[in-house]
Amino acid sequence: MNIPENLLYSKTHEWVRREGKEIVVGITEHAQSELSDVVFIELPKIGRAAKQGDPVAVIESVKAAFEIYAPVSGTVVRVNPELEKDPALVNKDPYGQGWLFALENVPEGDFKALLDKSAYEALLKQ
Amino acid sequence: MQHPEQGKQTPLYAAHLRLGARMTVFGGYWMPLQYTGVIDEHLTVRQRAGLFDLSHMGEFRVSGPAAEAFLSKVLTGDVAGMRNGSALYTLLCNEDGVILDDLILYRTGGDQFLLAVNASNIRKDYEWIASHRTGENVRCEDVSEATSLIALQGPLAESILKKTPYRSAAELKRNAHQILERTVVARTGYTGEDGFELYTESQQAVSLWKTLFEAGKDAGLKPIGLGARDTLRLEAKLPLYGHDITEETTPYEAGLGWAVSLHKKNFVGKEALSRQHDTEPQKLLVGFEMMEQGIPRNGCPIWKDKVIGKVTSGTYGPSLRKNIGLGYVEKHFSNVGTELFVEIRGRKLRAQIVKTPFYKRSHV
Repeated sequence: MNIPENLLYSKTHEWVRREGKEIVVGITEHAQSELSDVVFIELPKIGRAAKQGDPVAVIESVKAAFEIYAPVSGTVVRVNPELEKDPALVNKDPYGQGWLFALENVPEGDFKALLDKSAYEALLKQ
Repeated sequence: MQHPEQGKQTPLYAAHLRLGARMTVFGGYWMPLQYTGVIDEHLTVRQRAGLFDLSHMGEFRVSGPAAEAFLSKVLTGDVAGMRNGSALYTLLCNEDGVILDDLILYRTGGDQFLLAVNASNIRKDYEWIASHRTGENVRCEDVSEATSLIALQGPLAESILKKTPYRSAAELKRNAHQILERTVVARTGYTGEDGFELYTESQQAVSLWKTLFEAGKDAGLKPIGLGARDTLRLEAKLPLYGHDITEETTPYEAGLGWAVSLHKKNFVGKEALSRQHDTEPQKLLVGFEMMEQGIPRNGCPIWKDKVIGKVTSGTYGPSLRKNIGLGYVEKHFSNVGTELFVEIRGRKLRAQIVKTPFYKRSHV
C-alpha cells in the first residue's frame, strides 16, 4: 500500500500536503481501493469555510456514496476541475491528479490531530 | 475482518478468496461483492462472458400428481401451459394481490418442478407455499442448502458452454432447460444478456465452477460479483425484490401484469388482482435518467412541484455511462419524456423518464 512519507493523514483516510500557503487534500490509496470505481464526486463550493471533521465532499462509487471530511479547518480556495470529467482519477492517482480541494487559513494547531506515515500505517493494520 | 458466524459459506467460498474477491454477507451467505471492480466486471459480461456464484438463492422442489394444480393455485402464472423443459417468470402474491416474491419456475418433468426464489425470502416463501398445500398428492421440499447455482452470462456464454460436457444445452432456446449430469442447465439469466443458469448439487459446485472457468479462459471469462449483477440487472430493468417490488407493490404497478394469468380458474390473490387489473393503478414503476450530475439511490424522493414518488433502485450504468434509476411515481406523471426532480442529499436534480429497458443487447 502506497503511503507517501511527505504527507499527513486523517483517521478518516484523507491526506494533506502543504503547497505554499495552500493545504491540498485528497484521499489515500487505501480509501480509493476500498471505494473502488469512483464515478461521481461532489466537491465543496469555493469560499466555503470548513471546520476540521466537517463533511465537505461526497465521493460516489457505483455502489454507494461516501462522505469526505475536512482533515483540517480552513477556507476552500480551489477544487480539482478535472474530476468532473474523470472522477476515476481518484482511483488512478489518489496522491497526484486525483487531489480533491485546497484550503487556506488553516490553523497550525489542527495539524496536531493528523497522523504521519507510520501512525497511519499502524491505523490501517488495526 | 470476516466473522463466519454472520454468514454461511457457499461451496465456492474458498475459490472466491483465491480469486481476490471482496466478500460481503448477502441473503445469509458470504458472497463475492466484486473481484476486479464493478465496472470492469459489468463490461466483461456485456462484451464477453462472466461467471457468477449465486448459491445463496433458494430452490424448492415441488412434485407429485397434484403439483401442477397446486402451483397453479399459489403462483400467478400459467403453470398448466408449461411444457417439460420450460421456465416461467412468475409471482407469489397474497390474497391482497401484493407481491411476496418473484421467482423462476422450471418444469423439469411431467409432475416435477423446480422453483428458484430470492435468498432473502426462502423461509417466508417456503412457509407460505407449504401452508397452502392440501392433501398428499403434492410434495414440497426446500433444497436450497443442497443446491448451488452458477450462472454463465454474456455474448460468449454459448460458445463457452460448447466446450464443456453441457454442450448440448447450447442449442436451447431462451427460457428452455435440460438436465445434464444431474444439473438443470437453463437458458435464463438476470443480466440482460444471453446466458445460462446451472442448478447443481452442492457437492458438484466446485468442479462445475472449475469446468466453466477453464472452458472460458480463452474467451476472457471472468468471475462476477453481486455489485455488477446489480448494475447489469438494473440496466436491463429487471426488478429486484425488496427494492423495486415488495409487499407494498402490486404486479400492475410494477409493470408485471403480463406475469399474472387472470384467465386461470382460481388462484391465491385472483380477486384482488382482477380488481387491480380493472382499475387504474395509483403509481407506476418507471425508469429515469439523470439530466444533472448525481446518482439516485433507493429512497430518494421524486418531485414535481410536490413529492410524487420514490426511487427504488439507482446506479451509474457502466454500459450507458449515465446515471439511471427506477422508482414509483403517481400515474399521471409516468409518461416517457416527463421531466421530474430527484432529491439527492437535499438537492433537487433534473431527471427524465425514459423508455426501458435502459439497455437492450444488440447481438441475438
